[in-house]
Amino acid sequence: MIKSDVQLDAKGLACPMPIVKTKKAMNDLTEGQILEVQATDKGSTTDLKAWAKSVGHQYIGTREEDNVLLHYIRKSNDDNSYEKQFEQTITNEEVINRVANSGIILDVREEAEYAFGHIEGSKSIPMGELEDRLDELNHDEEIYVICRTGTRSDFAAQKLFKKGFTKVYNVLPGIGSWNGNLSKSMK
Amino acid sequence: MTIIKMTAAEVARKVIDNQPLFILDVRNHDAYVDWKIEGHNFEYLNIPYFELLDGVDNVLSKLPIDQDVLVVCAKEGSSIMVAEMIAEAGRDVFYLEGGMKSWSSYLEPIKVGDLRGGGELYQFVRLGKGCLSYMVISEGEAAIIDAVRFTDVFTNFAKQKNVDIKHVFDTHLHADHISGGRLIAEATGATYYLPQKDAEEVVFDYTAIEDALTVKIGAAQINVSALYSPGHTIGSTSFIIDGKYLLSGDILFIDSIGRPDLAGLAEDWVGDLRETLNVRYRELTEELIVLPSHFMKIDELNTDGTVAKRLGDLFAENHGLNIESEDAFRHIVTDHLPPQPNAYQQIRQVNMGKITPNYDEQTEMEIGPNRCAVR
Repeated sequence: MIKSDVQLDAKGLACPMPIVKTKKAMNDLTEGQILEVQATDKGSTTDLKAWAKSVGHQYIGTREEDNVLLHYIRKSNDDNSYEKQFEQTITNEEVINRVANSGIILDVREEAEYAFGHIEGSKSIPMGELEDRLDELNHDEEIYVICRTGTRSDFAAQKLFKKGFTKVYNVLPGIGSWNGNLSKSMK
Repeated sequence: MTIIKMTAAEVARKVIDNQPLFILDVRNHDAYVDWKIEGHNFEYLNIPYFELLDGVDNVLSKLPIDQDVLVVCAKEGSSIMVAEMIAEAGRDVFYLEGGMKSWSSYLEPIKVGDLRGGGELYQFVRLGKGCLSYMVISEGEAAIIDAVRFTDVFTNFAKQKNVDIKHVFDTHLHADHISGGRLIAEATGATYYLPQKDAEEVVFDYTAIEDALTVKIGAAQINVSALYSPGHTIGSTSFIIDGKYLLSGDILFIDSIGRPDLAGLAEDWVGDLRETLNVRYRELTEELIVLPSHFMKIDELNTDGTVAKRLGDLFAENHGLNIESEDAFRHIVTDHLPPQPNAYQQIRQVNMGKITPNYDEQTEMEIGPNRCAVR
């Protein structure tokens, strides 16, 4: 099971209905929430992907379960104008070498995003759960915070810093520009 | 205003008669770029339906007022939705019944020419996929070569012409489309022939095509003679009909030549391909009319809609027949191959009888262009 905030049943519907319904459903989501679209129309995968791109939502991925396609889309406005504030940063390229010695990579994207591709060995704590799960982190360890574009990880890094985690870095530009392999295996 | 249904047959007529048509293709951009309805005088606009959910105001000004506008999508649902919006805005508009799926399946029978003693040769043009099938008719009997999977088109045509289908041939084991040959033979009691070298893995009974095998059709005893011509596959065989027509299978096309890699053996078969084109075909009379099993571009159609050209003209004009050095030839047919046809490995399995997908699955496998050639 991949976690989603809202589920939409579009099973048995032919094109264009899966997209028409998805569009409507997305209106009721708040920024950052994830919609699961259940569809049986084979063409829905490429169309949803292309539609999401055209309107700026994040298409996360699709899984097939019992002949039903499960599409995951995250509502986003793709606002790149946000100015990152946390000063301790590190690049995608550097972080792999660093973490080989010590520290952890903390992935603050939603669970569904993590499920469709993450850095092997990284730890998943979605941004919204961070506050409640601080005890899973070690104050003495380097924490390399990553998300898709560097925005959520910027917030997360600030929060961690305020909570007394000093060895915190924001990884830029983030998973969205990751050149290495991404793992889909879940523990 | 009104929304009107247009059938694949009507679109095919417009292609063949060189009529104008404005196509608003509402599939996603990748699907459109990969494969669309081709016509000499067609104009196109591609805007995915999901960009039109809020209305068609931005599109209306781009649609011509003085010609037919046809909205096209994959299966028809989205084209109806978009067409309804355009009609609500006060315009007459057509949509393609069954969408690109039905376009991919449509066959137009066109007479290629007369044979001895009142015989006839028909080419079945599958415009949406670029596949060409053939029926040789002489009083009472018929032979079919490279039938596509819409078997009733052939059996109905034979009924209409009052002939019994006696022989059904495939020039090779196809990789781009599902053959209808075996099913037609089963339904009519005809003999089904395949080249043995392509048929090593097939799981049904067939009659092997030997080089120079000749069958005679109908009252006029029209000759249908096999000519072993390997290269696209190891078994690829051409047929000479009535001494006038050369059915070249997927070896030689109007504006290109066959590719040798679809069974995974490009390196091995490139020599065969060159030998067939440069030696076996050179020995034939240049007056033969070449009838291939595919076309790739709409430009390859003659003005009557047929795909046919004199062998001598192809020797003069076809790039693939004019490559001097063996190295250059090898390079072209092995290094610069276009993408492989959709699901080509599965399609080969179907044609060997190893898997039996249902109708919808077959349609899905055959979506897209044929891609059997190299230029």
